Amino acid sequence: MSFATFNEMYAADGGVRSHYREYESWLLRQSDDLMRLKRAEADLVFRRVGITFAVYGESAGTERLIPFDVIPRIIPAVEWRRLEAGLRQRVKALNLFLHDIYHEAEIVKAGRIPAEPVFGNAQYRPQMKGIDVPGGIYAHVAGIDIVRADGGEFYVLEDNLRVPSGVSYMLENRRMMMRLFPDLFTSNPVAPVEHYPDLLLEDLRSVAPVGVEDPTVVLLTPGMYNSAYFEHAFLAQQMGIELVEGQDLFVHDAGVYMRTTRGPKRVDVIYRRIDDDFLDPTLFRKDSTLGVPGLLDVYRAGRVTLANAIGTGVADDKSIYPFVPDMIDFYLGEKPVLANVPTYKCRNRDELQYALDHLPQLVVKEVHNAGGYGMLIGPCSTGEELDEFRRRLRAHPENYIAQPTLALSTCPTYAESGVAPRHVDLRPFVLSGQQTAMVPGGLTRVALREGSLVVNSSQGGGTKDTWVLGR
Amino acid sequence: MLSRTADHLFWMARYIERAENTARMLDVNVTTSLLPMTREAAERGWRAMLSISELQPAFDARYPTLTPHDVLDFMVRDPDNRSSITCCLQAARENARAVRGTMTTEVWETHNDTWLQLPQQLKGGLLQGDPHEFFEWVKFRSHLSRGVTIGTMLKDEAFYFIRLGTFLERADNTARILDIKFHGTGPSNGTWPAPAEAAEEPYLDFYYWAAVLRSVSAFEIYRKVYRDVITPARVAELLMLRGDMPRSLLASLNEVCTNLEQLRNDQSAETRSDAGLLRAELQYGRIDDILDTSLHVFLTSFLKRVNDLGQRISHDFLVPLMTR
Repeated sequence: MSFATFNEMYAADGGVRSHYREYESWLLRQSDDLMRLKRAEADLVFRRVGITFAVYGESAGTERLIPFDVIPRIIPAVEWRRLEAGLRQRVKALNLFLHDIYHEAEIVKAGRIPAEPVFGNAQYRPQMKGIDVPGGIYAHVAGIDIVRADGGEFYVLEDNLRVPSGVSYMLENRRMMMRLFPDLFTSNPVAPVEHYPDLLLEDLRSVAPVGVEDPTVVLLTPGMYNSAYFEHAFLAQQMGIELVEGQDLFVHDAGVYMRTTRGPKRVDVIYRRIDDDFLDPTLFRKDSTLGVPGLLDVYRAGRVTLANAIGTGVADDKSIYPFVPDMIDFYLGEKPVLANVPTYKCRNRDELQYALDHLPQLVVKEVHNAGGYGMLIGPCSTGEELDEFRRRLRAHPENYIAQPTLALSTCPTYAESGVAPRHVDLRPFVLSGQQTAMVPGGLTRVALREGSLVVNSSQGGGTKDTWVLGR
Repeated sequence: MLSRTADHLFWMARYIERAENTARMLDVNVTTSLLPMTREAAERGWRAMLSISELQPAFDARYPTLTPHDVLDFMVRDPDNRSSITCCLQAARENARAVRGTMTTEVWETHNDTWLQLPQQLKGGLLQGDPHEFFEWVKFRSHLSRGVTIGTMLKDEAFYFIRLGTFLERADNTARILDIKFHGTGPSNGTWPAPAEAAEEPYLDFYYWAAVLRSVSAFEIYRKVYRDVITPARVAELLMLRGDMPRSLLASLNEVCTNLEQLRNDQSAETRSDAGLLRAELQYGRIDDILDTSLHVFLTSFLKRVNDLGQRISHDFLVPLMTR
């Protein structure tokens, strides 16, 4: 099956897109040897700096680099403005949705979203019902995955509202590009992203419990063997806040404290990078040693803020995703700026039938799942795999959604054989607090294997620097 | 600062310092073993080395006989010997990684880079072919980590905990290097070379003390300070009681006290006074009195008190404090 993929650098007629013109002419002037040298240098620096991630299933302490590609992904400012407007709109609606479903659930009452995928969702946390969080903000940090299809139009592929990661790579990739190719930044007006940690800190401080003048903010990590540990340490350092583990915190007298060399210190805002399930062993997973016993009580009493809030997972579940355009309409009375990928909800009989009939052309995703493990990519699957998914679809249709296989856009990338097009996506980050803030750009992930559409770092994906260019 | 963070910084510093001093101790032995002496005498030297590090049983459990080759391997690269240089460098790096955000990028990268370079340093027969070169590398990396700490870090709690770890470990290690001579021959008459041998080959004693001095970078300093022949009493004085000798016991205790003072909290008063007392004994002690009683006895007691200090520090700062 062949796609008329959208190439980020070259138009269909082979001409260079205007925002890539400066870069392409520069690239053509560089020798292969120099570029090879620069790529080796990047690897060396990443390793020395320790920008590595742990791989699940490999022995503890195994660290790998996420491959970095030196060819940037460029987005013209005019396109970015539209993306930004769409992302702000979407995250605003998602936050309103979360507040709604933990309060009056108007959107369900109005019949715009069925009750079952909301209240029957494992990610729905009844403990949050009726709880008011500061500013009504649930998803303080949202990472929205954006793809670009054959006509060049953007689609939202997925919302990440629990503990989205990757922003440190966005920042380190920029630092690396500036180090390797400083001259590029004098000839290309690249919008800066380095102030992200400042925005994040401001965001976190803005949602402190009521009455706290000078809030103490900490970042809660599962520890150094977590795959995103580098990012946790990096962000804590950049923000100048303590990086804590569950064992460093304790609950006392209706407050959360950290154990310091000078005795207990009160904590007001916890930027937690631990899943809901592990946060409080007295309420969620009893076997969790990562969390803080009693944390939820303090949280529910409004004496500490968790970012993101507990129970955001319901809003980024694949079973809810098809309804986000409805949320935008319902809460904001607006038309979505960014489109969803057309999605067949297999829970509906006719949509299931369509999915079964067109399986070889579709991507099937399991709801309540993340990381690209429980999915079928029709065009790349064998007859047996298709049959297996047909069985699963018939047995539990409510567990699946189906989408057309998008011809993800490609971007020239260094491959074994030289520069070749590889599929990319984009994860911009939206910060919500008293204000909404974004830096221009995001993390571009690239599927390094030829033809592959899977950009996850756990499955052979790499990253690129992302430039928003011009005014 | 988080107690856990302080603990990681403290141990990061201790482990890199320990790696350095292990390299120094091994270097003494490699150097002295080049002297003409009987195989037994040489073996006693290596045993002393293991004994002073309290590793003799672990070594004997692994190797049926003792060869310099095996001791080097055991002390340098054995992943199962937690005191080996490899394990120390790894532990330093893992501790650093756990709290990398609390130190400057340069400090973290130095520890990480040391760990990343280690396999290259141990490749093939490099270690056995030229152990001295390897020890120099270990020392250099330790110097670098100390220098980059002083040169880049804010003088705050993190810095003081690192310094505290460095000097507590150094006090311990220098005492052990000095005490080496009393190990390896047996509990009763511990000297090496054994008196009989020393009588036959008096130069051995000179070379031994010269090697001890070199191991703590003090050979030239000795000449400069005393302008006289090398005697055990003066070596002991230099390495114990001189505050201007950077690796001496007194210099280490001075730093321990200074950093403890900076870090003091509600419950550390007794620890500070213990450290101050130990320092005073070194500051006002006389080498003749110490030798009259026995250097070994003094050093054994010193090691115990340094160990107690470590425990107290752990209790006062590093073990997570509960609400009080």
